[in-house]
Amino acid sequence: MVVPGPPDPSGTPPSVRTRLAIAAGRLTGWVSRVTGRGEGGVIGGKLALLVDPDLIATIGEARTTLVVSGTNGKTTTTHLLATALGASSSTGANLRSGLASALIARLDSATMVLEVDEMVLGEALSTSPRVAVLLNLSRDQLDRVGEPNIIMKRWQRVLQEAPPGLVVANADDPQIVLAVGGLPTTWVSPGGMWREDSHTCPACGGLLVHDGRAWECSTCDLTRPVPDVVVDGTVVTGPWGSLGLSLALPGAYNIGNAAFALTAAWSLGADPAASAEAMAQVTDVLGRYVQRRRPGGTARLLLAKNPAGWAELLELLADGRDPLVIVINSRIADGQDVSWLWDVPFERLQGRTVVASGDRCGAMSVRLHYAGIAHSVEPDPEVALACLPPGQVDVAATYTAFSDLRRAGADG
Amino acid sequence: MAERPPASSAVGICLLFPDLLGTYGDRGNATVLARRLEWRGIPSAVVEVHAGGTIPLDCDLYVLGGGEDFAQQHALEQLRGGGLATAVERGAALLAVCAGYQLIGSSYEVEPGQAQGGLGLLDVETVRGLGPRQVGEVTVTTDLEGVEVLRGYENHAGITHGGDEDVLGRRRDPEGRDRGPEGAVRGNVVGTYLHGPVLARNPSLADWLLRRVVGTLGPLDDRGTAAAEAHERALHADRITAPPAPSGSWRSRLGRAGSR
Repeated sequence: MVVPGPPDPSGTPPSVRTRLAIAAGRLTGWVSRVTGRGEGGVIGGKLALLVDPDLIATIGEARTTLVVSGTNGKTTTTHLLATALGASSSTGANLRSGLASALIARLDSATMVLEVDEMVLGEALSTSPRVAVLLNLSRDQLDRVGEPNIIMKRWQRVLQEAPPGLVVANADDPQIVLAVGGLPTTWVSPGGMWREDSHTCPACGGLLVHDGRAWECSTCDLTRPVPDVVVDGTVVTGPWGSLGLSLALPGAYNIGNAAFALTAAWSLGADPAASAEAMAQVTDVLGRYVQRRRPGGTARLLLAKNPAGWAELLELLADGRDPLVIVINSRIADGQDVSWLWDVPFERLQGRTVVASGDRCGAMSVRLHYAGIAHSVEPDPEVALACLPPGQVDVAATYTAFSDLRRAGADG
Repeated sequence: MAERPPASSAVGICLLFPDLLGTYGDRGNATVLARRLEWRGIPSAVVEVHAGGTIPLDCDLYVLGGGEDFAQQHALEQLRGGGLATAVERGAALLAVCAGYQLIGSSYEVEPGQAQGGLGLLDVETVRGLGPRQVGEVTVTTDLEGVEVLRGYENHAGITHGGDEDVLGRRRDPEGRDRGPEGAVRGNVVGTYLHGPVLARNPSLADWLLRRVVGTLGPLDDRGTAAAEAHERALHADRITAPPAPSGSWRSRLGRAGSR
């Protein structure tokens, strides 16, 4: 196997160790794929990092990288941003080993947008990114990831240790604002439904006073920065003026995601109107919102993995009357504790045909009973999809359930 | 924010500071209590008290949940000035979970070595754990009448020690061995680390609390939830008694790949 070295503007050839790590990662990834043991991504990255622990920094520094992180919207925003820039991207495999294998796999791309799990932002910052897009922090997978304030403190530290060239961050989210501190930042105000993780000041614990999107601490001087970019309906107003976005992707929150992408792309010199036009064409982000076939009809796949995500999704679903299959798993990548189902106002599904499904269909069914929502229960989501009457249905699923549904749709 | 007192005929359920102590889905405990009364034809009213609000003194049940450190501190300050202790003395029931449980004890540590007084409604003390957080499924056996077994999910750094006569139950490992005490109960006050929410996972505990304030409870037609609850119980029973089967061997995976 011929292993090209990473492009390096400084002209320093990559070390033997780095080349070896790249070769080992690629070979392992290939073996993993052909033997069917995995997608090839994570295992290859793992081995490459064993050979060269500094691999992410070494390859990352040799090109233009942008990183995108946050609790919700990071996959979509990464995809939109890469589309706006005409760059390659790494989505989905957003842990350390996934980042390594993504960088190995795309040694030829000069610009890469990396989706990064909240827990490994520090690793991604070691690539010396030109831009870090920080979307939001809210409760999610509390057993694996921890409370939002714990993530915020980690972010605060890694951002100070390795500041990116520019931060594009959410002015409406107090955790994000505190994490960013005084770094050079373009502030975006996306709006958004979820407020339950910003009642107290992340800096001093004082009560936060909210007025619309504006907020300030009643005790210390933490306050919402003046946003440079504001989302109002489908219009994004920034230093470039006002621009109407018309996305193929549904939902108000995706306009917010697009505003972050637009801003980050603009900061690297992309024309906002051209970015908007490119992003408008995006219909499929790793299977999100995609219509897949099912016996007798189609199913729209929606990812919903935490209360903040559901708050936005319930808005999106409010207009429709299609049957809804809710698929809840509690595997490691979903978070094992499903208490969060009680933070979601499922009462709003009144009048819809609802099916509770997934490993935790029992927990979901109990929640729906207490919400007063008539529903049926079918542990296997594929069976649920097969049993619903002909026509269009919506499926909202947690992470691992979503991945299974997407794969089954692609195979079918 | 609803701060009206509940109608005198209705059972008042007070959800305390869901904005501060609502990180772990514990608001569901109030929903479960209200619904189980409603399903029996007993009127109830849920009163939510948010930060800065006044705690009503005349509710029958009070519910506190888990949250982050700063929020817990805020809740404690507000509870110190409020009438929760008065309501409990009067005979109101209180369910306090996780951070809420810690702050109704006699003391808890904000940081290691920095203990401060709690509300003193339970005779327990919480110290800051120095090891990793306690995170995972928990099974507890208890002597509470009509309850027997409690299941839930814990996620906390604090370690709570307490008066052994007030213990809520004993933690059990998959083989049924005793793994130490869990929670505390004194009169109508229950403290526990279990999320789930605990009353959604354990309707028997919800009914135990309701009996403390309304007396004898009529039967409940729970055919709706019974099947789902049984499904959940089976799931966790499987999980804690048998480790997950190893996934397919290298050979079988290879075979599967070959057949694609």
